[in-house]
Amino acid sequence: MFKKMPVVPAGCSAEPVSKTSFLPMHKKLTLAVTGALFIACAGSSFGAAPPTDKVDTTHLAVTDTEVTVGQLHSSTGTMAISETGAIEAEKLAIGQINAMGGVLGRKIKLIQEDGASDWPTFAEKAKKLLEENHVAAIFGCWTSASRKAVLPVLERDNGLLYYPTFYEGLEQSKNVVYTGQEATQQVFAGLDWVAKTKNAKTFYLIGSDYIWPRTTMKLARKYIETVLHGSVVGEEYAALGSTDFGSTINKIRLKKPDVIYAAVVGGSNVSWFKQLKAAGITGKDHTLLTLSVTEDEANGIGGENLVGFYSAMKYFQSLDTPRNKEFVKQFKAKWGADAPIGDVTQAGYEGPWIWKAAVEKAGSFDTDKVAKAEESGQISFDAPEGMVYLEPNHHLKTRLRIGEWRTDGQADIVYTSDYIMPNPFPTGY
Amino acid sequence: MGGYSISDLWSILVMQGFSGLSLFSVLLLMALGLAIIFGQMGVINMAHGEFMTIGAYTIYMFSKVTEQYFPSLMPYYFVVAIFAAFGFAFAAGYLVEYLLIRHLYKRPLDTLLATWGLSLIMQQIFRTVFGAREVSATLPDWLMGSWKPTPDIDIPLNGLFVMAISIVVTAAVVLFLYRSSWGLKVRATTQNRVMAGSVGINTRKVDRVTFAVGCGIAGIAGATFTTIASTGPTSGSLYIVDTFLVVVFGGAGSVIGTVSSAFSIAQAQSILTFFLTNAMGKVVTLLTIIIILMMRPEGLFTSKVRK
Amino acid sequence: MNAFYTKWMGGKKGAIELAVLAVFIFVVMPLWLDIFRLNLVGKYLTYAFAAVGLVMVWGYGGILSLGQGVFFGIGGYCMAMFLKLEASDPVSTAHQTTPGIPDFMDWNQITHLPLFWEPFHSLIFSLAAVILVPVALAYVISTAMFKRRVGGVYFSIITQAIAAILTILVVGQQGLTGGINGITDLKTIHGWNINTDSAKYILYFLNGVLLLAVIMLCRFLLSSKFGRLLLAMRDKEDRVRFSGYDVANFKIFTFSVGAAISAIGGAMFTLQVGFMSPSLIGIVPSIEMVIFAAIGGRISLVGAVYGTLLVNYGKSAFSESFPSLWLLLMGALFIGVVMLFPNGLAGLYDVYFKKWVEQLAIRLKKVFPLEKLKPVKAEINHEQ
Repeated sequence: MFKKMPVVPAGCSAEPVSKTSFLPMHKKLTLAVTGALFIACAGSSFGAAPPTDKVDTTHLAVTDTEVTVGQLHSSTGTMAISETGAIEAEKLAIGQINAMGGVLGRKIKLIQEDGASDWPTFAEKAKKLLEENHVAAIFGCWTSASRKAVLPVLERDNGLLYYPTFYEGLEQSKNVVYTGQEATQQVFAGLDWVAKTKNAKTFYLIGSDYIWPRTTMKLARKYIETVLHGSVVGEEYAALGSTDFGSTINKIRLKKPDVIYAAVVGGSNVSWFKQLKAAGITGKDHTLLTLSVTEDEANGIGGENLVGFYSAMKYFQSLDTPRNKEFVKQFKAKWGADAPIGDVTQAGYEGPWIWKAAVEKAGSFDTDKVAKAEESGQISFDAPEGMVYLEPNHHLKTRLRIGEWRTDGQADIVYTSDYIMPNPFPTGY
Repeated sequence: MGGYSISDLWSILVMQGFSGLSLFSVLLLMALGLAIIFGQMGVINMAHGEFMTIGAYTIYMFSKVTEQYFPSLMPYYFVVAIFAAFGFAFAAGYLVEYLLIRHLYKRPLDTLLATWGLSLIMQQIFRTVFGAREVSATLPDWLMGSWKPTPDIDIPLNGLFVMAISIVVTAAVVLFLYRSSWGLKVRATTQNRVMAGSVGINTRKVDRVTFAVGCGIAGIAGATFTTIASTGPTSGSLYIVDTFLVVVFGGAGSVIGTVSSAFSIAQAQSILTFFLTNAMGKVVTLLTIIIILMMRPEGLFTSKVRK
Repeated sequence: MNAFYTKWMGGKKGAIELAVLAVFIFVVMPLWLDIFRLNLVGKYLTYAFAAVGLVMVWGYGGILSLGQGVFFGIGGYCMAMFLKLEASDPVSTAHQTTPGIPDFMDWNQITHLPLFWEPFHSLIFSLAAVILVPVALAYVISTAMFKRRVGGVYFSIITQAIAAILTILVVGQQGLTGGINGITDLKTIHGWNINTDSAKYILYFLNGVLLLAVIMLCRFLLSSKFGRLLLAMRDKEDRVRFSGYDVANFKIFTFSVGAAISAIGGAMFTLQVGFMSPSLIGIVPSIEMVIFAAIGGRISLVGAVYGTLLVNYGKSAFSESFPSLWLLLMGALFIGVVMLFPNGLAGLYDVYFKKWVEQLAIRLKKVFPLEKLKPVKAEINHEQ
């Protein structure tokens, strides 16, 4: 049924789109949520839009026909490499929502700002979006550092942020919805899988030197030692931007671990995998499970350097469901056939939809009401990755998948977990 | 190191030695172009990294074109592409010298600001033309994988390749500077610009060619590094600090200085990274360089003409 | 009074410059801009401290420091450490494994406050540290260098290396420093909330006052014998040395003064922005600070402030209008200024506006004859 759905070009919201062609997905969405949402949706689709003074009591940039939102990613600087996918996905989602009639009968107007891979700039631009443009929501940030810089601004000005990256957890704010996985969702199921299928006992942990790999590896070490009864034979952190892994690889060779468990990011990631391959450590005779390679990174690393290695993610582009195939088709139609779709890109796509669902449930753009709707436990979305459920702790209940990389830069999904509850503050770790 | 057999330790020693040598070649290749420009002309080229990126994208373009139209030539394109990388970077350098640098010879510190602006512009051009994401060239099979002299020892082929290229380039630079008439003119201009001009050397032209050659070598370096590192709009910025350190540590205007400084930095970093953590290894290396520079402020080797 | 006028204000020309700047900062900006933009200008003005420091070190001392961000950053971190400790009281951090320590330490399994953090419970100590720690570092670096007569480009690159090392250290020791995230979520000084609008106004004005005070201090230094020696050193170092002066000591002093000035800017940055990040320490911001000074005209203290404002305004305006292409415009701006106006805004002023302004001044004088002030004797040659 999805195949008939026309490809929606974002930005041409004025174009009339047949309502029936969107009905299946719409129906699915409304069925998944409560009756209250159903009424709100029905109102937005078929009736007149609710008056502006009803949906906005806090002087947001909402008019009778338009609601303004912000987008805050790095389109320049070193992080632009990673954030481009999320920028594209969020624009796609917003275009599609507009084509469906917008949110509460209002078309979404997007203001894009550049965080320039610099955390103070992120804070400055978030402030600008909230205090000058009075945006109803911000879709943005990628690194933990940029989120940490923006968070006090959000809390002060009472704004909403939809954050797409898998991250370290240890955070929960009324003002943020985390559409990526927090660390426990990404780590435990993956370790279980590798311990079981590869009969792994010894692990070598390596990550880039900052908060996400450090926290993730802390969880992993504890889990390996106490639950899996394995051992960690090495734990190492590479300076951000480091391009030389010769000595690290030699250490790994000396320790001969069953599993190399990696969370190396950015430009270092490419050097890391190219040098592994050149040193003869390949998927043929070694098991490597990484938390930081999506299709975006695979594109830069080159599939031939990754083949046979595993990634633990909630989404892979190759996911074989009609919903995902439709999404991939729409994404490629808008952004080119070569554009890869990674985990964060898909999570970025979820942001505007979750916001839409929450706003419609709240019947208002007001931050407090939207946040309350988000904490109701009744928001869900039929995402490309499958149904996702927004839990009261502002994180999504999702599945974890393990993908085995192929030479073409795509992954075969070899394992899909059950739904995993988000737990940003794990105890005992 | 209890629990490891002698043969284990031996193979690690060999491979560790090789990884130091391979880092040495990387540093040398990065620094040679800059050493020529900085040492011979006193110009601080902050856009050096971006000229390396030109080389990297050249490899990417050649790989895509070859894959598409001449798949049978895939094993060989890399060699041609390296020459092309030199050519493109040389041409870009020639142009930049003509438009920008030649107006600033009397104000060497201003070249720093102007080339910084240039590097911003070049990064944005890369981003606009090739996209913000990283790209990956499909490398010929003979460049990937490893050579196993014994079952326990893996010598990375791309490391050997980088070493070979850096030896060739260094030899070419030495020949160019000390055995060619161009080199003679370059050295004469460096030592005394006015005198060189008065004996009929076109010093402007010498400057332009020197700058362009330096950029061309950066292009080769960037092309070679596609075998070990990433290709993206900001890839060049990963190298710029290390590059400057190697040049300063070696002492400007001395090829032998650049070689020995690259060697000592690489070995120190490689050994320290093995025994400490990766990040600490780097910090200790940098601190050591600073301390040595404080004791020998003009670098390991100095040419006598500098004031 | 006259001595104050000539030495601290810089004579008539200097007094007018200062007055214009004061009006610009204290009257024009607050009337014209809302609190968000004003706070933004306040942030830019903190960079102006570093640029003013560079005018002293580079423009007058002839020493190009590519590590000015180091001192800016240390000043900012010293301030941030105090604020972070106050924000991490045991009540608001009760959910942590170890309550009462900063959150990032808790995330990094640190269970005791590290020893070097302890003194930062005291505001007095922290304020002193803002100045003294960078000065001590600057003293060590510059003594090692200048006593051995390292100078020129070598000094620049060594300072750049120091910026790189410090960044790697701060990012790498994240349990102690907050790592790449920096020290975030700062709230109060002795219970005074720095994030309210009224606090932002107060901090903005405090920042402006400090900046003007620093410029006047620099004027005073430059109008003294020290200032003339500094210029002489910049232009003919050997001759000064042969006249019996210890050149190194003057350079060390200048470099330390520049460091202290930058550090004040860093501390004000922390207060106005509400967090401190290692991205302010590294090579990129350090070069940007040099660009601010260069665009201002490198020997003009007031010009450095305008240069900083111009570049940062350009950055914000370009990036808001062209979020993906603004780097082209910034790059073109830098190249354009270097090629076309080698003396920056100050040079631009001297060439195009100075005569006009002076004629205006003469006419004004005829209309409103003021009592004559003593002519300024050894005014520093700004046109050089």
